[in-house]
Amino acid sequence: MSTQVEPKTFEFDAEAEALVISAIAHYPAGKQASAVMPLLDIAQRQMARLTGSAWVPTAAMDVIAKRLGMAPVRVYEVATFYLMYNTKPVGKYHLQVCTTTPCWLRGSDEIVSACKNATGISEFGETSADGLFTMTEVECLGACVNAPILQINDDYFEDLDETRTKSLLADLKAGGALPPAGSRNGRSGSAPATGLTALLTTIEPAE
Amino acid sequence: MLNDKDRIYQNLYGLQDWALAGAKARGDWDGITEILARGRDAIIEEVKTSGMRGRGGAGFPTGMKWSFMPKQSDGRPSYLVVNADESEPGTCKDRDIIRNEPHKLIEGCLIAGFAMGANTGYIYIRGEYYNEAVRLNAAIAQAYEAGLLGKNAAGSGFDFDLHVHRGAGAYICGEESALLESLEGKKGMPRMKPPFPAAMGVYGCPTTVNNVETIAGIPTILRRGAPWFAALGRPKNSGTKIFCISGHVNNPCNVEEELGVPLKDLIEKHAGGVRGGWDNLQAVIPGGASMPILGKETCDTILMDFDSLKDVRSGLGSGAVIVMDKSADVIKAIWRLSKFFKHESCGQCTPCREGTGWMMRMMQRMVDGTAELSEIDLLETVTRQIEGHTICAFGDAAAWPIQGLLRAFRPLVEQRILDYQKRNATPMAAE
Repeated sequence: MSTQVEPKTFEFDAEAEALVISAIAHYPAGKQASAVMPLLDIAQRQMARLTGSAWVPTAAMDVIAKRLGMAPVRVYEVATFYLMYNTKPVGKYHLQVCTTTPCWLRGSDEIVSACKNATGISEFGETSADGLFTMTEVECLGACVNAPILQINDDYFEDLDETRTKSLLADLKAGGALPPAGSRNGRSGSAPATGLTALLTTIEPAE
Repeated sequence: MLNDKDRIYQNLYGLQDWALAGAKARGDWDGITEILARGRDAIIEEVKTSGMRGRGGAGFPTGMKWSFMPKQSDGRPSYLVVNADESEPGTCKDRDIIRNEPHKLIEGCLIAGFAMGANTGYIYIRGEYYNEAVRLNAAIAQAYEAGLLGKNAAGSGFDFDLHVHRGAGAYICGEESALLESLEGKKGMPRMKPPFPAAMGVYGCPTTVNNVETIAGIPTILRRGAPWFAALGRPKNSGTKIFCISGHVNNPCNVEEELGVPLKDLIEKHAGGVRGGWDNLQAVIPGGASMPILGKETCDTILMDFDSLKDVRSGLGSGAVIVMDKSADVIKAIWRLSKFFKHESCGQCTPCREGTGWMMRMMQRMVDGTAELSEIDLLETVTRQIEGHTICAFGDAAAWPIQGLLRAFRPLVEQRILDYQKRNATPMAAE
């Protein structure tokens, strides 16, 4: 939550440590710097688990630098270059609204205003007064045929409109859990909403 | 129209089981040991004959790319890297392959790794695709469990390990050398070429980077034969392609079609048509954000393949079709892309770092109509100064949408300015 301050120390807990070990094992010996991205992600998820806010404090970056034998500044560089590492605390629900052209054509302006109205947030980057929501404007999320998209934490909510967004956020505000991700209009994945135009027949494997 | 039996992705929409059992029922992994037993050269030759061109955007012949990899190791290992950093606005096809047909991708990785002598593969997936990465890791675990990956993969005598590396929200990592930097644990800043990745890629070792859709299509090509694939589509533009149809259509969707399918058919038969009918069409961006926009007249007849779109000074790109009807403000739509490119510039090269911001601000003036008419040519000139003057193609990608707008919609841009001037004309003050 936005009231959190930079902790002086950071340590991977047992759950995170197991993930750290398996992440480093994916890269060749001596190339452990490759694990900086997974380790930043693991640290951010640990913060979310323990404090309710998914972010990476500087103390965690220092621990990662030491662990991977990197200069701390190299870790800071990575943490600030990539958008998904939050270097400041965020709300329990991180509302990431896509406003790039394909979403914009399908009404992302409506989604932005629905988010603002539901949370009381007035600008991107802000956290709501109750600490529950942070709203970020994001670039194309890569789910354009299901536009407009709102990503909340790890999940994509697709085929949204103002009403669906409102009710989604109202439920979260009332203490409800995050519902299953995916389309809000009932279609399967990227299939046309009114019925299939391809893959109408079941095909036996060739030869 | 493409016959259902010729579609590679039978589970594109996720209506069937994605897991190993379901994949095998669809024919995946069938006869994989025999396929690998054909040998490296035969596999590369078959891919060359099929005419497969890279599905990520550039359309480079896949078999030829593989043949650049060293036949004999000089002591360095070789790597296969799969680009799953799908971030080109409008594009969402690799996502469907990863979540619904992950075994096609994994099997393709094994075949490609074998053909290029790479015992290790990395799939670099965009960070936002968290649930897709979970699915992919689960599918990889199934393949290991079944002996299809790892030591003596699929009983071929070839060892192959496959790893997933998640990105963290940077469009530039879709550029192959930036992706490799990112994989090494650095900021995603593109490298100068040469050396090309086949000579010096990840960790300074020979590397080939291929798009998800390219790799996932390979097993079916080898199973059904190059002539089958080459017979689909048009000459030099063979095979099928997943198209992503977004924007102002009645039923936005992904669909696998033959290359060379008329754009009009694609939109009308699969996406439920343009909102308000074909005559309500204003413009289409045919291949993802960086490909120049087309006016309706071109859309009436254009075929969707690499060469047809190149002939009208646009491109197939990633196969992402962004449709705009007459209600759309196309100038603002392109401004939003300029904003995208400004946000995503890695900042390494001055023309791009400064130019993308400059272009975005100029585009804002075009949206509002507050520019002078002479600024249109100025803007065009500046795009030419960015294009071709940067380390990677991002500079070109940022310049092209604006060039396309000015080519296809210049009268509209001019009218916007004239309207503004008319609205704000004040009687000459008597100073």
